[in-house]
Amino acid sequence: MTQSAVHPTPASPTPEGGHLLEVRDLHVEFRTTEGVAKVINGVSYHLDAGETLAVLGESGSGKSVTAQAIMGILDTPPAVIRSGQILYRGRDLLTQPEEQRRQVRGKEIAMIFQDALSALNPTFPVGWQIGETLRQRAGMSRGDARRRAVELMDLVKIPAAATRLGDYPHQFSGGMRQRVMIAMALAMNPKVLIADEPTTALDVTVQAQIMDLLADLRRDLDMAMILITHDLGVVAGVADRIAVMYAGRIVEHADVRSLYKAPAHPYTKGLLESIPRMDVRGQQLSTIRGLPPNLMRIPSGCPFHPRCPYVQQVCVDVVPHDLVLGDGRTSACHFAQEVRDDSAR
Amino acid sequence: MTAPASPTKVRGETILAVENLVKHFPITRGVVFQKQIGAVKAVDGVSFELRRGETLGIVGESGCGKSTLARLLMRLEKPTSGKATLEGRDLFKASGAELRRLRRNMQMVLQDPYTSLNPRMTVGDIIGEPFEIHPEAAPKGSRQRRVQELLDVVGLNPEHINRYPHQFSGGQRQRIGIARALALRPEVIVCDEPVSALDVSIQAQVINLLEQLQDELGLSYIFIAHDLSVVRHISDRVAVMYLGRIVEIGTEDEIYERATHPYTQALLSAVPVPDPELRDSQKMIRLVGDVPSPANPPSGCHFRTRCWKAQEVCAVEDPATVPRAADPHPSACHFAELRPAAA
Repeated sequence: MTQSAVHPTPASPTPEGGHLLEVRDLHVEFRTTEGVAKVINGVSYHLDAGETLAVLGESGSGKSVTAQAIMGILDTPPAVIRSGQILYRGRDLLTQPEEQRRQVRGKEIAMIFQDALSALNPTFPVGWQIGETLRQRAGMSRGDARRRAVELMDLVKIPAAATRLGDYPHQFSGGMRQRVMIAMALAMNPKVLIADEPTTALDVTVQAQIMDLLADLRRDLDMAMILITHDLGVVAGVADRIAVMYAGRIVEHADVRSLYKAPAHPYTKGLLESIPRMDVRGQQLSTIRGLPPNLMRIPSGCPFHPRCPYVQQVCVDVVPHDLVLGDGRTSACHFAQEVRDDSAR
Repeated sequence: MTAPASPTKVRGETILAVENLVKHFPITRGVVFQKQIGAVKAVDGVSFELRRGETLGIVGESGCGKSTLARLLMRLEKPTSGKATLEGRDLFKASGAELRRLRRNMQMVLQDPYTSLNPRMTVGDIIGEPFEIHPEAAPKGSRQRRVQELLDVVGLNPEHINRYPHQFSGGQRQRIGIARALALRPEVIVCDEPVSALDVSIQAQVINLLEQLQDELGLSYIFIAHDLSVVRHISDRVAVMYLGRIVEIGTEDEIYERATHPYTQALLSAVPVPDPELRDSQKMIRLVGDVPSPANPPSGCHFRTRCWKAQEVCAVEDPATVPRAADPHPSACHFAELRPAAA
């Protein structure tokens, strides 16, 4: 039943033959005065050219910290990368000097954030902020940077871009601000776009506009995208593959369709059963009991065991490895097959 | 907890009636001599009824006035005009002892469980504070017991009465907020985005708690939220707001299955459904542009600037929220009709 391959989908080859971006066994901890919080405990995932990977998790699951480690924007201290590799086109970013990492950041891998209002500088016009990257990194003249900024604003469908160059962030609506940030991220034609909760602060009609825009841009510019979110609805709409995180680990990794059809980890199963669905009438909401763990005191064995309906003694004693399921998925659960069979019913 | 509803109180009768409620916030210019140069029309003529034991969901995007409406009902803001009656008594004319009595009967649960609890007070003091203002609700000697009862009702450990808010998680804090709202045995609870700050796995716990409390205590909820899936789940009736007005109101089924207002239809179609199999079959109505400023709403129908059905009449004539031929629930659209796919 099991396959030898660890990763679910076959890799489309990058110029170097491996994955475009690969995180390998990453461990990150936060050292604070109150103790050591183990935020990332062995995360591995990969991204191939042109695909969309969703990283799903609740607050504190480590989904954003992994992205920040990829970008090299972790606050150190308190964060310490204990071990692991982050390979971009086969080269380990973590061992590169800052000078070289800077060449990757923005130019190869760019990132957009949840809260566009605080990510933008309120004291400069947006045109200037979009152009800043171009002047600093591409060595463009002011005039060229301005012209390119208008092009970028057109690209992200900001109406009347040329007349809005001189406007400040507060003069834009939430959705337009998010577009400005996307324009900034696209300035250097990145190959990978990391979108960290890009629509969480937005209303649903605006969210739909932004998700459409991101999907169009990803296709037109042939980027790969990592979409970090807690929203199972958003994931279902755009992602190819999904990695579900819990307590700093990836607990389930699968292509989107089979995961929604039959989740193979009790946490994923619980999540899917606990969200109210608009297309279902008179639904009973089941809940996941208890609370996410304190990262300073992660439970023994499987970190999900205190909340898990499938829990057995082995879950308390033994940390489950990624179990590779027949259809090319992994689940970090001792009873992955059973859970999947239950879900499929 | 004892049953709050005495036998004379009939489930389904109107408990709260709101008529043509308006709140305009003045925009002023000048420092010493402030001159009013305009108004933000946050709530612009809202009418609805809340029945005993039901949940009325209020949905809308940010800036539509749903939170201002909640603050008006709690008398945290003074309305510009309009009327609201709680069990027949005028909410906005009441003062002194009568106002205190009305306030006992209507309580609020706030969105952010992190900022709505005083970090320097113990949980016992937070939940017991309403008794300081309404001493008749619980005699001094029985207060601690009553607070512990409330903790138990919302699913927290009564022994944690001396803990501080920071010792609780977000979901537990929201339970504390609910316990505080229940302290005075109100009949109406206004919930302003009570679960939107919570993680998915915790959200369901709080929703289930609210539903269970409603069954046990016969509460009526006004449930304000932007998450349409959550609102459908918990509501008996739903009102959709846009730029300070209710554009459509009806039963959960009427709004979610037979919406006739174009805004409601667009809003519903934009909600992502957590099922990748429906990715391509979901027919989305894409609205163009942003919500206009409530300081300067469009003439006539407020939605006409983003509406694909807009005609000249929409700019001139304000559509009333009345039953329409397409479906007998109130909808504020001159061209109200069912969505072809749903018809």
